[in-house]
Formats: sequence, structure tokens, C-alpha cells
Amino acid sequence: MRVDRARLPALGADPSLRFPEIQRRTLSNGLRVWTIEHHAVPLVSFLALVPVGASADPLERPGLAAITSDMLDEGCGDLDAMALHDTLGRIGGHLDSEIGSDATILTLSSLGRFADRASALLADMVMHPRLEAPDFQRVRELRLNRLIQLRDLAPALADRAFARLLYRDHPYGHTPLGTEESLQAVTLADVRAFHGGMFTPSQATVIAAGDATHDALAASVEAAFGRWSTTGDGKPPDPSLWPLPEPPEERIALVNRPAAAQSELRIGHIGVPRHTPDYHALLVLNIVLGGQFVSRINMNLREDKGYTYGARTSFDFRRGPGPFALSASVQSDVTIDAVSEALNELHAIRGDRPVTAEELQTGRAALTRGYPRNFETAEQISRGAAQLALYDLPDDYFSTFVPRILAVDEKTVTNAAERYIDPARFVTVIVGDREKVSPEIARLNMGAPAELTSI
Amino acid sequence: MNIPYTRQTLDNGLDVLVHEDHGCPIVAVNLWYHVGSKNETPGRTGFAHLFEHLMFEGSQHYDKGYFHPLQEAGALLNGSTNADRTNYWEVVPTNALELALWMESDRMGYLLPALTDAKFANQRDVVLNERRQNYENRPYGFAGMAIMAALYPADHPYQWMTIGAAEDIRAAHIDDVRAFFQTYYRPRNASLALAGDIETEQAVELAGRYFGELEGGHEPPPVQVPTVAPFLSERRLVLEDRVELPRLYLSWHSPAIFAADDAELDLVAEILASGKTSRLYRTLVYQERLATEVAASQSSRELAGYFQIIVTAAPGRTLDELERAIAVAIDVLANEGPTPQEMERCQAQAEANFIFRLQTVGGFGGKSDQLNAYNVFVGDPGFFERDLDRYRRVTPASVQRVAREWLQPESRVLLSVVPRGRSDLALAGSQPVTVS
Repeated sequence: MRVDRARLPALGADPSLRFPEIQRRTLSNGLRVWTIEHHAVPLVSFLALVPVGASADPLERPGLAAITSDMLDEGCGDLDAMALHDTLGRIGGHLDSEIGSDATILTLSSLGRFADRASALLADMVMHPRLEAPDFQRVRELRLNRLIQLRDLAPALADRAFARLLYRDHPYGHTPLGTEESLQAVTLADVRAFHGGMFTPSQATVIAAGDATHDALAASVEAAFGRWSTTGDGKPPDPSLWPLPEPPEERIALVNRPAAAQSELRIGHIGVPRHTPDYHALLVLNIVLGGQFVSRINMNLREDKGYTYGARTSFDFRRGPGPFALSASVQSDVTIDAVSEALNELHAIRGDRPVTAEELQTGRAALTRGYPRNFETAEQISRGAAQLALYDLPDDYFSTFVPRILAVDEKTVTNAAERYIDPARFVTVIVGDREKVSPEIARLNMGAPAELTSI
Repeated sequence: MNIPYTRQTLDNGLDVLVHEDHGCPIVAVNLWYHVGSKNETPGRTGFAHLFEHLMFEGSQHYDKGYFHPLQEAGALLNGSTNADRTNYWEVVPTNALELALWMESDRMGYLLPALTDAKFANQRDVVLNERRQNYENRPYGFAGMAIMAALYPADHPYQWMTIGAAEDIRAAHIDDVRAFFQTYYRPRNASLALAGDIETEQAVELAGRYFGELEGGHEPPPVQVPTVAPFLSERRLVLEDRVELPRLYLSWHSPAIFAADDAELDLVAEILASGKTSRLYRTLVYQERLATEVAASQSSRELAGYFQIIVTAAPGRTLDELERAIAVAIDVLANEGPTPQEMERCQAQAEANFIFRLQTVGGFGGKSDQLNAYNVFVGDPGFFERDLDRYRRVTPASVQRVAREWLQPESRVLLSVVPRGRSDLALAGSQPVTVS
């Protein structure tokens, strides 16, 4: 049969996806234990979610949550750091630790035959980290050195400046790493108190997924975490209680990077929390605007103008209102042209050039038809489940995702754009060569840029 | 443990590999062209990668960009170029398999009629911006270019990085695209792997239907590889860059991918610098606090490999101190070999890494990519078990031997990357190099 090249082949019906069953239990110490069977390969993965992240840092100690999480694998229980990592190596373990604004997540995957050992090691790291002085001194020094190195990394500078300008002293106003001043001042006692007060079973969730039965996975977690008890209440801060800062005076800010080959851009403002009822509409809006390759921003700045290797937008959904941002790294001598084009696109989607029926179809389809890909590996499924736990999403969240996306129409998207993208509040950050950028900034009519020197 | 597969070679020479995995209603389409920056010539570097970009700009029968219909079908897709090969992949829901095959086969067969000067000029700008973003504007971003240029003679196909020289990218011409396509983008020079929720018979039939009509083409000309004379004395180089902390790169020639000693050197890298228990991390970062980070790797490629150690000095420490400490660590490993505990740990990690790679059907490093790698480099898609065996067979004695034979002080290239104006922080006796 000859191929018909006159038209693309029809897709036919979308395949149905059977969502993995999550079995939920609660131990007597209040720890939530979720299990997911996944028998494709002889691996298991244990994920510990502690809903305490960088936003729980005390105002004068930015970086405390992150350095605490960094100390967890520096020795625990009977094992010092070297013995712990040697053991992890011998069970084929992969340990991943990440800290965001809202949570600390530790994931340990291992060969299935070592499931109990992996679960026990993870529990020891979460419950009984040693938190000893020599390790603390070293870890702090390494984090200070990291801060020094970030001075030369344009994306890191842009992220820090953008968060600072948008949020100021709000708990989202700093990146997890913190500041040099704070890291110099932080003590081991601070870390111990933070761990003791914030890491508690009643607030945490452990998700076990992999090549074992629900009962076996749950038994493994219970044996490891069952005796976890703490005195702290571990209540994460409630983001709805934080007053939001006013948009800054500075509409545009410059971090000078002499002779830089590109300018790193951030444009945006404070966005919305994960709990917004408009979550699905915003996902559709974003995928049309700057959420995938064929989005408006990327097609304009990259595929039409050739200003950049890639440009995107994102709503960072957190427990409190995270940032909405457009990000790109653009050729230095077209910096202001790129900012103008980006601003035009951000304006246009609010009404001058609203989302078209075709764009809506493409965006919704990308989200819904691409959804099965998120359920291929045990670790992917665990991470998806962790979102449910962290943001208190309903048990049927996975199975309602597709119909909810499909229910978003053009009007909903345009309304969401009007409501949640507000050019009057935009802050533009440019990390680039002042000599090349400054003379042209006047064209933007945003006033003189604030020059940021210490970030 | 393996990746069960079926291989069928179409009349036009295209290899079709199929692997069934019914865990998730998705299919991975993964296409390798056996061409990379090693097929370029001096003065024309960066071209294979620029060409890869043009493959996403539309083909004769669908000339509106490659991404649109596939993203609308729920696909994740990408491509990449390295020295040895160029790969393209889509992960699609099962109902979009034919769409992906249609799109891949259209650009394999009918790219040129859709090629325009405007597309070419646009993607040349995009690639120059990719180079600025990932190399020029990134700390230590020029190190790789300086090292490749020092490891290999000027006419060696690995002498330049895949991204290429900026002036070569600017000088690239649209006529070169046509010649390159006709030489390398032919079914005979490609390997197609389909993995996921499909039936083998149907997958083979579909591949034949979409790709069978294309002209096979000739075998591309062989790559000329000049002999690299062993280095008789070490080379010390210094590069000034916009960085805060000095960093030292130690590089050696090493075996090609899957060649003798390749797996052993992989484990040497693991023993030296993988994880907190590794020898160099333990001494340099953990105990002595001379360094902020250390990494080691055996980068094995089709024609040859290179072994590399990268270490960044802690504030106030010198690269000379680091160089001495590393030389001692290699010496100890070469004289005494690894401990039984190290062997146990590294072999367990190697086995786990193989299993971790079996988790995904598509994308970079997924099962479909793996099948193509084995098929293209060793002619056997079923090489998985033998590949893993290479690691199981490593002994303490063989680790010791390869450390002694390959990592000799006189055959090193030592590159210091130091803050601008601070060449005094480089290893003693380093010659300045410039890269742009």
C-alpha cells in the first residue's frame, strides 16, 4: 500500500489509560503511607515527602531548610557518611534529594531484592540524621562555595534577582540556597532545632512504588518508619497568612555582566497558588503562550526571529502564589528587541490576539494525549502521587485531569489571561552587558533600570 | 536480563528493530543516522548539528514545522547530535505511531524540497545562540574545545566539539545541506527502533510501508582517522575565563566504546569519583577540603575514547595541590588495586544502572535508544547482556592494570581554567590557549 503523502494519517481514538491504584494507609504515628504496584522491572522506589521547604526558612536565616536537607545523608543512625554511602552503593541505590519552596523530597530507588534495606536507610536519614559538627562545617563551606560559583552563572543570577524583586521579604523572596550572610551565621543548633521541629510523621508522607505487592511495600515502610516520633508539630507555614508585597518601584532591573554573549531575561510577576480553581485553564493558557515548542513565545523569539535557543513561560504553582515568568537567554545585541517582542506576546494573548480555536485544540490535545507518558516508571508515578499529597488534591485527581482540560474553552483561556497576566505589574530582569543593553532601554518606556549589584 | 527484539532489514537497507512493552499505552520511535561531527572536516565544523536543526523545519509533504502535528498528538520529541551519530525520537500515545512514522519518513525522504534560505538563515542564528547559551556564556564553557584540540591532531575527526566553531557555523552554506543530506540521510545509513505498546508484526509492517518507498542510497565514505602518536610528555595548558574558582581538567586517551578495557576504565572512574565514598571525593572534598567538587568519566566513543578527571579548587587552595593529590590517588590504585568492598559496590551500581535504563521505552537512553546504539556500534541489538557481562567480568587485577596502563602521567593533557587575569593560578608551566 502506497503512503498517502497528501495528508497526515488520522489518529483514531485515544488509547485508554488505566491509572495505577494508590493504596493509602496511616500509621499510628500519623505518617501517611501510600503504595503503588509497578512490576515492569525489578526495582523499588521509596519517596519521603516532608512538606517543609525553603519558604519555612526563618526570615533572618534563608538557606536553613536546604542545608538541613543536605545534612540528611551525612550519616544517620549507626552509619557515618562514608558507611551510609557505601551501603547505598552496595544495594544499587540511587538517592535523590530535592528541596523546593514548599517541600523537601528524598527518593531512594534500589534493586527490588534490597527493598527493606532501602526503606530502612531512607527512614534513618529522615528520622535519625547524625547532624554532627565536622559534617556541618564541611557542608556549609561547600554551600558557600556554591554561592561564589553562582556569581558567574547568568540564569542563577536572574532567578535570584527576579525572586528578590517580586517577593522581597516574603518567604518566596529567596532561593533555597540562601545568602552568604545567612550561611555564615547559621549554626548546627539551628539545623538540629529545625529538623527536630519540622520533620514529623504526622505531616509527612512516604510513597513506596515498585516490583512488590501493596502489602509488602507497606510492611517495609511500616517496619522502617513505624517508630518515628517527634516533639515538634512540623506544621508547615500557611502561605495564605503571608501578606503579598506590592509590585516593586523598579519596573526593570539590570545585572551588569560585561561582554556577556547573551542577556538572560525574566519577565513576570507574582502568580497564583496551586489551589486556584483556574488551574486547568492556566495550564492550557500557558501551553499556548510559552509552555511547549510550538507556543507563541518560542515560535516568535526562536523560530521567527532567531534571537534565542529557546524561550518559555511558566506559572510556578506552589502552596502560596508562586511566580509567573517568561524566561529566555537572548543574543546581546537584540536584547531590547527581544524584550519588546516578549511583552507584545504577553499583552496580545489577553485580548488583542486571543487564543484561537486551533491553538486551543493543539494545547488541550498536547496536555491530554501526552498525559499517559507520566505513568511509565515507578518513580514518575511516585512523583505524581507526591503532588497529590503535597497539595491535598483529591484521590480522583489523575482520572479527572483529562476531562477537566477538555472542558477549558477559548473564553475561559482568554479570561484567565486577562485575570492572571497583568502587564501593569510586570518586572523585567536583564542579566547582560550594560554597554550593549542600556542605551536601548529607553525604547521600552519603563524608566531607567535599577542596577542590581549584590544579589 | 535483556531487551527482547526483532530485527528486519528493509530492501533499502534500513534496519527496523521492534521491542514490545505493554506497560503503558505509548510507543517510542527512535531513529539513528550514523553521522555526527566526526564526519565533518576542519573549517566546516558544527555542520552535522546545524543539519539536525533543519530536520525540524518541515519536509515536502508537511512543510509547516515538524513539531506541530506531533505535539498536538501528545508526543514528546527531540533530537541530538554527537561526534558519532545523530538521533531523533518521538514518544507518542499508541494511536499516533503512524503519524510519527509518516513524519520521520517524510523528512528522511523529502527534506530538500522544503528547504529554503530563510529557514537555513534562521536556524543558523538559533544554533549560534545555542552556542552562546551553552558554551560562551557559561562558566568553564570553553574547556571542552581546548581539550579536544589538545588531545587530537588537526585532521582528526574528534579534534573539534560537535557544536563547532562559530566562524564555521557562520560560513555554512545551504548547498552543503543538500550534499550532506544526500550522503548521510539515507535508509542504508539509518536504524529505526520502535518500542512500546505495539505488536511486532504490525510495527514491522508499518515501518516497511512508510520507509520502504525511499531510495536506499550508498554507503557513506569512511571516516579518515589519522594515527595518534602516544604522547611522550604531558601537556599543560591554561585558559582564562569568567569564573570564580580555578578548575583543573586531566585528560587521557582511552579505548573506544565496547573495546577492551573500556568497562574497566568506567569502573576506575566510579572508584575514583562517583559518590561520596569514592577515593577522590573522600580525600579531596571530604577530608582535606582541597576541592569543592570532583568528577571522573570514561567517555568512550566509536573511534576512540578519553578518560577525564575534573576538579574545582576550594577557595585558597591551588591546582598544584590538587594535581599532586590526584596523581597520588591514581598511583595507589595502579599499585595496589581496588578493595573488595569497592569492587562489590561498583559492580552492584553497574548492574543497577543497567536495570534503571530498562524503565523507559523512549527518549535519550531509553530502551529504543539503547537498541539502536547496540545495532549501530556493534551490529547486534541484542548486545545488552554481553554489555553487562563486560562489567561483571572486571576483576581487581584488571582495574589495577588499566589504571597503570592508560592513566600515565606523561600522557596527560592538563588544562587549568582560571579567572581572567589570574594565569598565575594555573599549574606551573602551563601554556596559554585561546578558544572563542
